[in-house]
Amino acid sequence: MTSVRKEKYGKINRGKVLGFTWDNKEYFGYEGDSLASALLANNINIVGRSFKYHRPRGVMSCGVEESGALVTIGSGSKIDPNVRATTQELYSGLNAKGQNAFPSVNFDFGGVNNYLGRFFAAGFYYKTFMGLPPFEWGKGTGIWMVFEKIIRKAAGMGKASREPDPDSYEHANDFCDVLVVGSGPAGIAAAQEVANKNLDVILIEQDSLLGGNSLSKKEFDATLLHNELKSSGVRVMSRTTAFGVYDNTVVGALERVTDHLPNPDVKLPRQRFWTIRAKHIILASGALERHVAFNNNDVPGAMTVNASRQYLNRYGVLTGNNIVISTNNDSVYQTAVELHEAGSKVTILDSRENINHDLPKEINLHLNTLPFNINGRKKIDGIDVCKTKDLSKKNTIICDQVLISGGWSPIVNLISHRGIKPVWNQENLCFTPGDIKENISVVGSAKGIWNERDCVESGLIGANEAMNTLGIHKKEISFPSAGGWSNPIEPLFEVKSNKFPSKSFVDFQHDVTAEDVRLAHREGFISVEHLKRYTTLGMANDQGKMGNIIGLSLMAEQLDKTIPEVGTTVFRPPYTPVPIGALTGRNVGKHFRPLRVTPMHQWNIDHGAKMIEVGLYQRPWYYPKKNETLSDSYIRETTIVRKTVGICDVTSLGKIAIQGPDATEFVNRIYTNLFAKLPIGKARYGIMLRDDGIVMDDGTSWRLGENEYFMTTSTAAAAKVMSWLEELLQTRWTDLKVNVTSVSEQWAGAAIAGPKSRDVLNECVLDPSEITKENLPFMGILQTKLKDDTPCRIVRISFSGELAYEMYIESDYAHGMMDILWQSAQKYDGCLYGLEALGALRVEKGHVTAAELDGRVTIDDAGLGKMASTKKSYIGSAMRKRGVLIADDREMLVGFFPINEKETFNAGTIVCEKNNIQGSGIGRITSVTHSPELGHWIGIGFVKGGLEKWKEITLVGADPVRNKQMEIKVVSPHMIDPEGKRMYA
Amino acid sequence: MSGALVLIQSCTVDMIRIKCPYCGERDHSEFTYGGDASIKYPALDAPESEWTKAIFFRENIRGMQKETWHHTNGCRLWLEVERSTITHEIKSVKACHPQIEKITKSKS
Repeated sequence: MTSVRKEKYGKINRGKVLGFTWDNKEYFGYEGDSLASALLANNINIVGRSFKYHRPRGVMSCGVEESGALVTIGSGSKIDPNVRATTQELYSGLNAKGQNAFPSVNFDFGGVNNYLGRFFAAGFYYKTFMGLPPFEWGKGTGIWMVFEKIIRKAAGMGKASREPDPDSYEHANDFCDVLVVGSGPAGIAAAQEVANKNLDVILIEQDSLLGGNSLSKKEFDATLLHNELKSSGVRVMSRTTAFGVYDNTVVGALERVTDHLPNPDVKLPRQRFWTIRAKHIILASGALERHVAFNNNDVPGAMTVNASRQYLNRYGVLTGNNIVISTNNDSVYQTAVELHEAGSKVTILDSRENINHDLPKEINLHLNTLPFNINGRKKIDGIDVCKTKDLSKKNTIICDQVLISGGWSPIVNLISHRGIKPVWNQENLCFTPGDIKENISVVGSAKGIWNERDCVESGLIGANEAMNTLGIHKKEISFPSAGGWSNPIEPLFEVKSNKFPSKSFVDFQHDVTAEDVRLAHREGFISVEHLKRYTTLGMANDQGKMGNIIGLSLMAEQLDKTIPEVGTTVFRPPYTPVPIGALTGRNVGKHFRPLRVTPMHQWNIDHGAKMIEVGLYQRPWYYPKKNETLSDSYIRETTIVRKTVGICDVTSLGKIAIQGPDATEFVNRIYTNLFAKLPIGKARYGIMLRDDGIVMDDGTSWRLGENEYFMTTSTAAAAKVMSWLEELLQTRWTDLKVNVTSVSEQWAGAAIAGPKSRDVLNECVLDPSEITKENLPFMGILQTKLKDDTPCRIVRISFSGELAYEMYIESDYAHGMMDILWQSAQKYDGCLYGLEALGALRVEKGHVTAAELDGRVTIDDAGLGKMASTKKSYIGSAMRKRGVLIADDREMLVGFFPINEKETFNAGTIVCEKNNIQGSGIGRITSVTHSPELGHWIGIGFVKGGLEKWKEITLVGADPVRNKQMEIKVVSPHMIDPEGKRMYA
Repeated sequence: MSGALVLIQSCTVDMIRIKCPYCGERDHSEFTYGGDASIKYPALDAPESEWTKAIFFRENIRGMQKETWHHTNGCRLWLEVERSTITHEIKSVKACHPQIEKITKSKS
């Protein structure tokens, strides 16, 4: 093929020359060129190597369906593989390379695969599991492991960068009355008609220019059209692909903001991921030209017919000197004439017997003629043709390009996303959209309408349908019927070759041949869905845009069925590839997920805290002194809390205000223990169950007044509990007069724990003798003022097992509270302690957290059975006694000690009997710590049958993940001060 | 809400649109799915058998289904939504709480 730039043709701007590099060599193109057109204009015909066989490939189309010209753009971290050169706009300095080839697409060592074709037929990869014949040597994963590595290297497409993506992406949202997808004649007609009624219209076009297939016409002004649309009020989004249609007329779209710019503004995102919510969608997505499967139909120079017309009239590139056009339909004749006028020798092979067309006499028309085989490897030398009735008698026509049209396939992908199955139209040999019950219209060639006048008409009717939806008017809707060619199309999907192995490609991108489809059938893969997966037909990044219908027709032939009987695979979003970066948008790095900080976050950091993420919260982990490690630090903090006093940020606990005349009744129903008689000024620890009797969460509720409670929940379950309370009040107990409000953000909290905590508190409050054992007993609450006159709430409560309090203050005053507490605590040689020490303290006491309450544990399992009231009914009370939840071999909360005191263990360790170390054992360790007071590691967790059953028996802690095993024994979970003397002090 | 959930929600195209009687039509990512809205929960002191039925025995409806949705990232109303399990078509949305339903209805 010899492609050349033609003077006086094309809509490119010849005044602006753009330099670019292809495989490290410099070339020139013009503004308005695509990379493909610029390569063709420079007569570069081999632009890629195929997936399996590494066959040379050229430009095969002019759009998103491109299967040959997949290239890699850019370098380093900006590398972008598998870019379709046909849709990539040329810009100055564009750096493109051929891919899947070594050393280059022009000369590729991988080309040897072409001669090993028999080994790489469909299912080759799966068959490697079966071992090598005849003895199935290496059956299983043996041989497969070897081949897997080789295949991975040899097959495939471009390579992605291993570096982080330096580009930014954005998520954007929009709304409109009517969304039109596609700017061909039908889409334009629809958009203008709706805009004229003063409706808000968005028109999406994937191309940089509007016009759709009008761009392949000689006389067409895209800029004029753009201005017309704008002045009629249509919001035009070009370079934007509607990649998916979702429920409630929502469209996902990808806008390529800077992919066409040489030096984009760094403030611009590379791409925008749009979610557009329309009231009505008009799909004018057009149709794609199919090819035909015959031997060597992929030699560079083989192209769809309409692509060639587009290259000539849009880009001013004549793609061949001596062109053979093979067709089974009328769509090629205009192109043939235009190519002839542009100076090429044109020969038409039409598979049909009788057609009626006026052609210049210089164009040779062979009726009843099929393409049989392309001669040439890196370029086309000629084509063997034969008569439809006699495939054996061949005739060679010398040519440098073969243009193929096997008919047109409406782009039914988008409407298929709605679960609407396409319907086979036998007359036009294509799938057309099925019956649509939503507010979506399909118009133009996407509906199988070929003739432009009818396309425009269908666009107007689509607009009317949209106006019906919007209630502007009520009109009868009747679309023009599909079709519109004067001579009917005749089936031509494959020209069978008697050569074996034949290389009649069905899916160019994945190198799936017609023979592969037949092989799949022979091996029993007869459903289209199986065929697809076994041969990988239609699974490349074009998702079968060119090859699917041919594959279906071949399968239909094998099964002796019709195409509609065989059916089609389901199209799913996205229509064209969407980069992961665009999906992620701004949610990268720090913005990967939201970050929650407590009001004393900065205070914690200023006082040396090392932070840890818990849920979404940043919490102090430990407060190292000098060179202390985590371990040094938490052991010191734990020791000091037990000896004097420690202060800890506990703001992340959930806090809920419960108010209303029925507040007491409400609280009494949701907790397992009695709350009905809780006096004002007292708090109570409570357990909540789910409906099914499993523990949901634990926490405290403080009775602040007759009708007012202040509830705390665990950090992990804060949001869940809030939703749960709202659900109960709004859906089940709608008669209760109770209001719940999340006040988690409003209150900052600190725990003050240790034997000196009472002394510390007394120094902090306004009245230095207020905090006494009598005035604030265990579980007592006090609403008072700090010595700087700020109001605060104090509860005497203990998670650490020491004499301890929690103090809450309005969030804005958190720093002040911490300053006052810390000032006082230092006088008693106190410390600040973090989450690690908090964990150590509670494990020593056998107090449970989310690590234990994991949604499988009952209140009895957690050893809190005595908190389940028998005097009342509550959520979960009916279900907690069901058989499986009260079985004898339930896993019960226990403590664990290592037999050898020097041993350590980890959470997640599986507890097993000594002579039966396997499976899930008899229990598990859920939380561990070093206990400074006991002087060795301890853990809590669960074991079947509980403490009574395993007391004094040596068990094994198996930790296969860390390849560890240790002997352990089961002890009471209350490992320190079991009587609670310190807590009640 | 876990971090993973936040991420998933922000990456996918919002599909269902729910017309909250208080806030107006919003993307479903603002809501959290609750469950079957047709369940009549037994009294707290009802026997285990009744609770078992309410909790574990569910219809697997193909067609219009009454379900609860919580407008978690909105007004925090619990809503009763009639949704087709086949097409996601939403037939009706109302506040679960009868008193709130009355107020929202009179507003619109």
